[in-house]
Amino acid sequence: MPHDHDDDHVREHDRPLEGPALRVKALESLLTEKGLVDPKALDELIDMYETKVGPHNGARIVARAWVDPGYRTRLLSDATAAIAELGFTGRQGEDMVVLENTAGVHNMVVCTLCSCYPWPVLGLPPVWYKSAPYRARAVIDPRGVLRELGLTLSEEIEVKVWDSTAEVRYLVLPERPAGTEGWTEEQLAGIVTRDAMVGVAKVERTTMAER
Amino acid sequence: MNSVHDMGGMHGMGAVVIEKNEPVFHASWEARVHALQLAAGSHGKWNLDMSRYSRERMPPADYLRATYYERWLFGLQTLLVEQGLVTSEELATGRATAKAVAPTLLRAADVPALLRSPRGARVDVEVAPHFKRGDAVVARKINPLGHTRLPRYVRGRRGVIERDHGVFTFPDTNATSRDKKPQHCYSVRFTARELWGRDVSERDSVYVDLFDDYLDAA
Repeated sequence: MPHDHDDDHVREHDRPLEGPALRVKALESLLTEKGLVDPKALDELIDMYETKVGPHNGARIVARAWVDPGYRTRLLSDATAAIAELGFTGRQGEDMVVLENTAGVHNMVVCTLCSCYPWPVLGLPPVWYKSAPYRARAVIDPRGVLRELGLTLSEEIEVKVWDSTAEVRYLVLPERPAGTEGWTEEQLAGIVTRDAMVGVAKVERTTMAER
Repeated sequence: MNSVHDMGGMHGMGAVVIEKNEPVFHASWEARVHALQLAAGSHGKWNLDMSRYSRERMPPADYLRATYYERWLFGLQTLLVEQGLVTSEELATGRATAKAVAPTLLRAADVPALLRSPRGARVDVEVAPHFKRGDAVVARKINPLGHTRLPRYVRGRRGVIERDHGVFTFPDTNATSRDKKPQHCYSVRFTARELWGRDVSERDSVYVDLFDDYLDAA
């Protein structure tokens, strides 16, 4: 019987387990029985990554840099400390570098060897960032990847690709879009997207209307 | 190791597709395996480089077929057995034959502190850098059988030191013998043409974070 659309969103514990779902459930039971993990701690970890950290954190950094030139300077010279000013620290964000996109330079970030990503400011990476096509192509054909994603860059613009092969994590500071003069920091944070902070999109003034 | 996880520059992988309004996890088992890795890792039986190495050792055909969190599951099971927290028999049957000796069980209240605590990749010791900003370098042509963070696409290629990130644990030794071998890590700029030839833009470049042990003076 064909599934209707809603069935796709039923969590798998509501139907018979198979594949990795079954194996993970068995592993959690085993580790709990052995006294190696506490399921309540797992719930807490999941809550942290589902609700507390995410691109809304990075968006606040970008918006602050757009309205506060002193903050922007600190962010570009010592990103780890400047990001910590807003309270974002910890795992996969211990050593941060911020890359500024300008009219002449476009930065984009990849991890070709696994999927390193700045968790405290962007949350856990999306599927496309972890996918083989992005990891394979970002370094050899960045302009082609960007074009497919809807961002065609002129030949005059210098493209810098940053491969996160060690423990430094990168965040792109996108260009502030025209027509946002006088916006509050909160309004600006509302239009900053995850993809712009990885460097595969620009921030658009129109993004707000769609949200 | 020269396996399929080292993907930079490969062809035939298809288009990059961005999912609209993507959830953090696509199924609850993905969330559980991510949390299990962090909670089990709190026993200190392995480090970050050992975790990465455990996933890289997934057989290549399986690695390419697997989703990201299936790779995490493979790596976690590998580490649990290798580090003696679980026996392979227990993993196969799902039944514990003995309680583990785990003096540091992570509780829910400990989670915020765990995630704030640095993992210690940066090492606070004085080590002389081999290079400084602006130096011309060449990435070593080496093919380690174990873990390495020197991607194949830069080996033998010439670049320039862009910035010195400071002193960090060396992944290759930390993954196998827990020897931190602290040394400088640099952002090294390679022109796109040096890496890929004349068909790419002469303006573009790729910056790769590389350790002293991966570099020679050019």
